[in-house]
Amino acid sequence: MSSSSEYAIEVANLTKRFGDKVVVDQLSMQVRKGEIYGFLGPNGSGKTTSIRMMCGLLTPDGGMGQTLGLDIFSQAAQIKREVGYMTQRFGLYSDLTIRENLDFVARVYAMNQRKQRVNTALERLGLVARQKQLAGSLSGGWKQRLALAAALLHQPQLLLLDEPTAGVDPQARRDFWEQIHQLAADGITILVSTHYMDEAERCHRLSYIAYGRLLATGTPQELIEQSGLHTWTVSGAAMAELSKQLVALAAVDMHTQFGNTLHISGKDPLALAQALQPFQIANPSYQWSESQPTLEDVFIYLMQQATDNFQPAGKT
Amino acid sequence: MSWRRLWAMMLKEFIQLSRDRLTFAMMVGIPIMQLLMFGYAINTDPKHLTTVLVVYDQGSLTRSLVQALQNSGYFQVVNNDANAQVATDMLAQGEAQFVLTIPANFERDLIRGNYPSLLLEADAADPAATGNAIASLQQLAESALRHDLTGALSYLAPPANSFELRIHRLYNPEGITQYNIVPGLMGVILTMTMIMMTALGITREVEQGTMENLLATPIKPLEVMIGKIAPYILIGYVQVAVILLMARILFNVPFVGSLSLLLFSVMVFIFANLTIGITISSTVRNQTQAMQMSFFFLLPSILLSGFMFPFRGMPRWAQIIGEMLPNTHFLRLVRGIMLKGNGWHEAWPHLLPLSIFIFVVMLIGIKKFRRTLD
Ligand SMILES: Nc1ncnc2c1ncn2[C@@H]1O[C@H](COP(=O)(O)OP(=O)(O)OP(=O)(O)O)[C@@H](O)[C@H]1O
Ligand SMILES: [Mg+2]
Repeated sequence: MSSSSEYAIEVANLTKRFGDKVVVDQLSMQVRKGEIYGFLGPNGSGKTTSIRMMCGLLTPDGGMGQTLGLDIFSQAAQIKREVGYMTQRFGLYSDLTIRENLDFVARVYAMNQRKQRVNTALERLGLVARQKQLAGSLSGGWKQRLALAAALLHQPQLLLLDEPTAGVDPQARRDFWEQIHQLAADGITILVSTHYMDEAERCHRLSYIAYGRLLATGTPQELIEQSGLHTWTVSGAAMAELSKQLVALAAVDMHTQFGNTLHISGKDPLALAQALQPFQIANPSYQWSESQPTLEDVFIYLMQQATDNFQPAGKT
Repeated sequence: MSWRRLWAMMLKEFIQLSRDRLTFAMMVGIPIMQLLMFGYAINTDPKHLTTVLVVYDQGSLTRSLVQALQNSGYFQVVNNDANAQVATDMLAQGEAQFVLTIPANFERDLIRGNYPSLLLEADAADPAATGNAIASLQQLAESALRHDLTGALSYLAPPANSFELRIHRLYNPEGITQYNIVPGLMGVILTMTMIMMTALGITREVEQGTMENLLATPIKPLEVMIGKIAPYILIGYVQVAVILLMARILFNVPFVGSLSLLLFSVMVFIFANLTIGITISSTVRNQTQAMQMSFFFLLPSILLSGFMFPFRGMPRWAQIIGEMLPNTHFLRLVRGIMLKGNGWHEAWPHLLPLSIFIFVVMLIGIKKFRRTLD
């Protein structure tokens, strides 16, 4: 790990066990400085656990890693000073006011000009008028903004955001991502975990993990290409019967139903096209088109593969 | 250890405490309520116990006996001429605590030297309620009769002892229950609030997810711990002040020892309890469990410490458990200082076990206190 200048986070074979359950399994990942890095995976796949290891909150059971050039085993205390971490759950005090929360964070980081920094943060948040309101009484979107402001208060070079937009309305999410891109433009590196596909597409690069193992890494476009999937989109009214028949085809490896649209994907483009042809002729009232798989298609496909691969292994 | 971070933690804790009015009220309310309850309601030396007489001999000796009975303060005669059946019923129904039967020809048999018997039947279901009264009766009967058996009858009077037994009831000559209970309450109340507040306080941070946020900042676990418990030390002293003031104003409990020694002992005792609270918080998963564990510890601290029941009356195994509880040693310290005027010389044998306790539990507690989230 010599190239510490290029990467903000660089981990190799990171492993974490809880009891005899391997929660993170030989995870290797590199986050370049200044990029927005998406971290995706189903519930319980080990995203939060990985992030906690990267910021020195959890000690890994194996592997090695550096965050901002600091060793995650021996320099956890320094990492904590340099990194801004926004926890998955709202981690501020609901019985303190907005101002008191920020003030507390400022004190804990032993900041100079505390009052001024808190004031600036409040102004940037647009919460000056409500600074005496209890944090617990804020709506989900405002809580998230406050938590981000708290994580940014000590001006970290690296932000770790664990599902920052869960349960937040679309407008607030959009604003939030504007801000993230602005921060990235200012040179801050951002690792963000999410379950939203539109957010995944806004990242420079992504990793997808399941059962604690890394399944794919790359830009959104690379992930789609790497998957080797070919997708057909079928749409039309009342397609329940047709869906059932199509999904049963041997050439279809995966399908996703969206209202009146069905995505059917397969590894082998030729076999897929041939298998669909009879149906296409028999059902001309539907719209048939060959398209690129979406990120969601890719992730669901990866997840299905993972289930098949890991189930026997999980029993050993 | 950074003072700035520690101060940040303490400040936050004080603000939260000031918002939580109910908890705050309870911490002052609990000592007041318990003092009033234990101070006014509990008496381990009950007097004026209802007594029924079944009299088959209406002589002057009987009259003196009854008079003496009343004068002792332990017995209150509610029926001085019941028949045997009525008396038994009253005993069974709990209307009478005692039935005293004076047999027929009591006076004649006594004079003839036939050694008649008096029968005292007691509802001794609760031994504590009857013990002192029964003990007083023997002596009372003898002295009452000696008064009447003079002149020609003097040979019948019980022989005077060949030596005199003098009893000095030291430190609490009148046997006032409050003198014992009120200082003891200090230990119980401190045990209760100190353990519960720290155990709950730290568990709450973990349960509500704020601990993860805290640990991701530069603040150290030890600073979190000290910052969280420091405000409770102050609250502990507020409680002690409330108890001491009420002990003086309401119950006139004497305070003959050194106040500074007492305050020092309180400090040691508070630390002992805080270490338990921390240990509990690092073993439990949620606030409910923290509450249960606190009570699990509180119960022996009340029952086996000598607060409720005499320590020397307990079997060996219970005494051994009792010796390991901080409250046991603290009670001896407080009672010693307040009632006996004990100084450092008498105090250190109890301060030492407390210090050992703190040391041992601290080792366990700090080891278990989660540094990271592992
Ligand atoms: N402290 C812990 N002790 C035991 N098991 C744990 C602990 N923390 C996490 N786990 C387990 O590890 C697995 C991975 O959890 P983790 O929180 O990292 O997943 P995640 O990808 O963040 O999931 P989500 O999308 O739901 O947030 C889960 O099965 C979880 O139950
Ligand atoms: Mg998570």
